[in-house]
Amino acid sequence: MAATLAPARRTPPPAHPARRPRQHRGVGRWLVLLLVGAAALVMLVPFAFMLLNAFKSPGDYSANGPLSWPTEFYTTGLRTYWEQVDFPVKLWNSIVISGSVAVLAVIVSLLSAYALGIGRVRGRLWIIGLFLLANMLPQEALVYPLYHFAKEAGLYNSRLAVIIIFTVIQAAFGTYLLASVLGTFPRTLLEAAALDGAGTWRILWRVVLPNVRPTIAVLLVFFFIWTWNEFLIPLVMLIDNQTQTVPVAIATLQGDRLMDAPTTNAGALLSLLPAILFFLIFQRTLARGITAGADK
Amino acid sequence: MAVPDSIAARRPAATSPPSPTANAKRRPSRPDAAYWLFLLPGTVLFLLVIGGPLLYTGYLSLTRWSGVGEPSFIGLENYRNLLTDEVFWTSFRNTVAMIVAMVVVPTLVGLVLAAVLFDTIGRRFRPRTAAALRAAFYLPQVLPVVVAGIVWGWILRPDGALNGLLDAVGLGALRHDWLGDPGSALPVVMAVMIWVQIGYPVVVFMAALERVNPELYEAAEIDGAGWWRRFRAITLAQIRPETFVVGLTCTIAAMKVFGPIYALTRGGPENATNVPSYFAYFTFFKRLHVGYGSAISMVLTLIIVVVAVLFIGAQNRAERQDGAL
Repeated sequence: MAATLAPARRTPPPAHPARRPRQHRGVGRWLVLLLVGAAALVMLVPFAFMLLNAFKSPGDYSANGPLSWPTEFYTTGLRTYWEQVDFPVKLWNSIVISGSVAVLAVIVSLLSAYALGIGRVRGRLWIIGLFLLANMLPQEALVYPLYHFAKEAGLYNSRLAVIIIFTVIQAAFGTYLLASVLGTFPRTLLEAAALDGAGTWRILWRVVLPNVRPTIAVLLVFFFIWTWNEFLIPLVMLIDNQTQTVPVAIATLQGDRLMDAPTTNAGALLSLLPAILFFLIFQRTLARGITAGADK
Repeated sequence: MAVPDSIAARRPAATSPPSPTANAKRRPSRPDAAYWLFLLPGTVLFLLVIGGPLLYTGYLSLTRWSGVGEPSFIGLENYRNLLTDEVFWTSFRNTVAMIVAMVVVPTLVGLVLAAVLFDTIGRRFRPRTAAALRAAFYLPQVLPVVVAGIVWGWILRPDGALNGLLDAVGLGALRHDWLGDPGSALPVVMAVMIWVQIGYPVVVFMAALERVNPELYEAAEIDGAGWWRRFRAITLAQIRPETFVVGLTCTIAAMKVFGPIYALTRGGPENATNVPSYFAYFTFFKRLHVGYGSAISMVLTLIIVVVAVLFIGAQNRAERQDGAL
């Protein structure tokens, strides 16, 4: 849950650091840089190990160990993993599930938050608190009934069941966040629109939505990535090759102890790439959304 | 949960606190009937996916059931059994270890790292250097945590990279089955969780520091305040709201941790790394003791709710004190 994404790089901050004459004092600052840099390198070591061994043949690995440079550029591990788990199907499942959840959860959050933040319906603080608590629940407290009901309803082992479940779980958080954002929405805008004769629907789509678009963009990205990284419920609900997601596929394969070290690393590499890709694609949206959220 | 939370945390600080709600309250409230309709889809879905299943788990915790046939009602027997179940107590002791690894250490180290990156490296070198270093710390947070767990599981295997590394630097005597030995498994899992978690406070705290007026630091420096005093008097004081948010979200994540345990150890060896959520999963789906698994889940849920309420209460008290100053 706490696995999240935030802007790694911000758009250049207001220019004061650059304009201020830089102080050059002693070797202390270099020492600090050296220490922090070393710590950052340690953080990256597991990735280096993974890359080094993803392109190594099993024979090479057992002969020369995990630290040697690969004797040849071996890509069979990648290909084996790709074919063994039918990786494109897994990728597609993850995309369909995470994409649908992101869109649906944003719609549900917006509708609820509109009633709570703008409509100020009675008991809204209790309702918001309930949503917030729902977001904190351990999924274990829901998973068995969900599994059982899904079986009864013929939705077991279907992506639809996972989509519905995560739409609600993510929307619980989205409702809480959007309701607090909309709670500070300028009332004058709403009143002006109401005077012009706009109904509640029209106000939502024409006045409220355009104003919270940055927050919604951030929510879309977060919901997508959170759902992508989810594990327990997909593990329980999706049991065959045609429905599983990227993280579940590698975990079940590893559980079967079918993979040698190079294939494990190749599989991990393939499974990490989409996440890193999203991170690179989305970080600008996120940075923009966050400033938009904070500066208002 | 990092960023939206920090938005939420920052929002009250950004808008002058009391005015918007106070204004709205003074205005005669509008008929809200039209708005209930908007709440309908969310409410129905919520009852279907969260409310209903939670109540059903609560009911199941009072039954004996294997998942087929009819659950048989046994009252509080599952809870009584939990009290004498060694594994249950072990799993909650391990939760404390997870809180140390996922909350205490990352928050403390994250505070210092964020301050160093922002105050020392960001200002004495280029901000770009600080941003690149921050990305390195944050990278593990981007990955599906299960996949990170699988890579670490391989590194820590007897024939994995860590033992290879020890051999290479002449410390081959320290070779060890890191995850296979009940004595070392928990500390090693904790170390992995620190690695996973550390980037989150760093990023949140650095974002918080950008809110702080740089002139505060400069003025303090001119007055001769050293790094430590600036850290305590300015950094810690200014980013307290974010510290609460990080503390709360990480504590809840630590109490719910499942994926890394599944990928690294499956709770083993000999339950040395078992945690409540894995214990519940195992009881539900491997031992098919649905009632007992439900009882574990309900206890975990209750503890999480209590912790969350305490946290939020403490935060509100702190904010009120700030307001009074």
